[in-house]
Amino acid sequence: MAAFAATAMLCLFIASGSVDPAYSFHVYLFAAASVAAIFALGNRYLARPAVIPQEINGKPNYNMAPVQFATVAAVFWGIAGFTVGLIIALQLAYPVLNFDLPWTNFGRLRPLHTSAVIFAFGGNVLLATSFYVVQKTSRARLAGEIAPWFVILGYNFFIVIAGTGYLLGITQGKEYAEPEWYADLFLTVVWVTYLLVFLATLWKRKEPHIFVANWFYLAFIVTIAVLHLGNNAAVPVSIYSPKSYIVWSGVQDAMFQWWYGHNAVGFFLTAGFLAIMYYFVPKRAERPIYSYRLSIVHFWALIFLYIWAGPHHLHYTALPDWAQTLGMTFSIMLWMPSWGGMINGLMTLSGAWDKLRTDPVLRMMVVSLAFYGMSTFEGPLMSIKAVNSLSHYTDWTIGHVHSGALGWVAYISFGAIYCLVPWLWNRKQLYSNRLVEWHFWVSTLGIVFYISAMWVAGIMQGLMWRAYTALGFLEYSFIETVDAMHPYYVIRALGGALFVVGALIMAYNLIMTVRQGEVAEPESAPALVPAQ
Amino acid sequence: MSTYTTLANFAQTAGLLYFVGMFLAIAVYAFWPRNKKRFDEAAQIPLREE
Repeated sequence: MAAFAATAMLCLFIASGSVDPAYSFHVYLFAAASVAAIFALGNRYLARPAVIPQEINGKPNYNMAPVQFATVAAVFWGIAGFTVGLIIALQLAYPVLNFDLPWTNFGRLRPLHTSAVIFAFGGNVLLATSFYVVQKTSRARLAGEIAPWFVILGYNFFIVIAGTGYLLGITQGKEYAEPEWYADLFLTVVWVTYLLVFLATLWKRKEPHIFVANWFYLAFIVTIAVLHLGNNAAVPVSIYSPKSYIVWSGVQDAMFQWWYGHNAVGFFLTAGFLAIMYYFVPKRAERPIYSYRLSIVHFWALIFLYIWAGPHHLHYTALPDWAQTLGMTFSIMLWMPSWGGMINGLMTLSGAWDKLRTDPVLRMMVVSLAFYGMSTFEGPLMSIKAVNSLSHYTDWTIGHVHSGALGWVAYISFGAIYCLVPWLWNRKQLYSNRLVEWHFWVSTLGIVFYISAMWVAGIMQGLMWRAYTALGFLEYSFIETVDAMHPYYVIRALGGALFVVGALIMAYNLIMTVRQGEVAEPESAPALVPAQ
Repeated sequence: MSTYTTLANFAQTAGLLYFVGMFLAIAVYAFWPRNKKRFDEAAQIPLREE
């Protein structure tokens, strides 16, 4: 409470000296949030229950309210992020949609889209599932009572600060790490609390073995902390200004950025979501993971290789040649753990493949694994220098990212959300499996439109850039390549629109599940043991 | 040889040995026959919770 009060005072002090209106707005938001936190803590203190039991009737008293909040937030931010993506896809096809306003131009909306889908949607899915899985597989209540809420609410407050900052023009210009120094500092506090809550829950586990999904979550939390600190080592101009300067310079800064950038993919979008796979796929298929031994090799191989793959973003730059080759080699080696993990997930269904026919949620997760396999095949291919000389800076990259983001990350997340909502709100089943079918087919069609349009557009773009005439002049001017992209941009926007529609169908289905779903029977008495 | 080349060479060689060693150690741990029972039990954790 004292910490929040001090923060509020500090914020008001800074606000009094700030000259940047956008920054003042953020400082006031921080002050308001601190005051709200003080009131929430006070209310909680007055209404405090005697002692919250760790177990009831020998069963762990799981703390699922923060998980519920993060699940709702994930659906909300997901739809917001997909919609902004659709808007900027349309802006690329029809630039007039920039409206000539600073707040709505592509340069500001693009980071809003990437941060909303990766950190707001993906981040809340990871918070929700990690808090759920760590409790269930440890058979222990989440550590702390206030700390988990601080993590969930603090993280979402960070997202609001980041998102409004982009629209108002506050950015440090680092891809996927755009928030400025004060937001970064706040996120550090939230993230360390997250790590402590997770570790403390593992510490009091009743299960002797730490289940493999928790290893992946832990790798994700720890690595993101390290990446965040390394890539945001910046010195603010003044505490009255949002502007800061990074301590790294030149090619070192570029290398730090892509060490961060690629491992945001490797640890945020891969390790964290693999944790979801290792828990939710066995749970939904009602079969143990195909090979637990493979999952151990998968885990260690994946985390040791991924961290070195960043230099493939800097082919043919000032980065030393051997470092580029190293990045490429590690990317190619990543084929092995990636496909090992995919096979482990898919083979979990062996003997239960018939469930794909009846369970659209499981089908969504299996298709996500297929997309995971596809994009982790494509990624190493694109990291090969010769291929990269064609693909880099073209829309092929955008297509690759979206086959991973929409096909793998979003689909495994949708699968997990479809599992979580009935479990968390104590419902027998989803409101409608038919609507899940609709969501599945509409979004899959959208993804196919999206990635095939970007493949064609990207390769065409790359080939046009490198085409020479017989006399050795460049055959095409840049604007000719832009013009040639137009039909593919329209197809891409159509794919994005279908994906948004799919997400809206999901939201409707989930709301109806909570509002009208049949309440699940409380655990029935243990089945009678037949006479011997 | 410049300091840079020396350091780069060292990093490359040591890195190779370190990674091959780590990989072997992990593979041996994962496939050690005596660990099989423990891992088979661990695989059941999500399925036998209340």
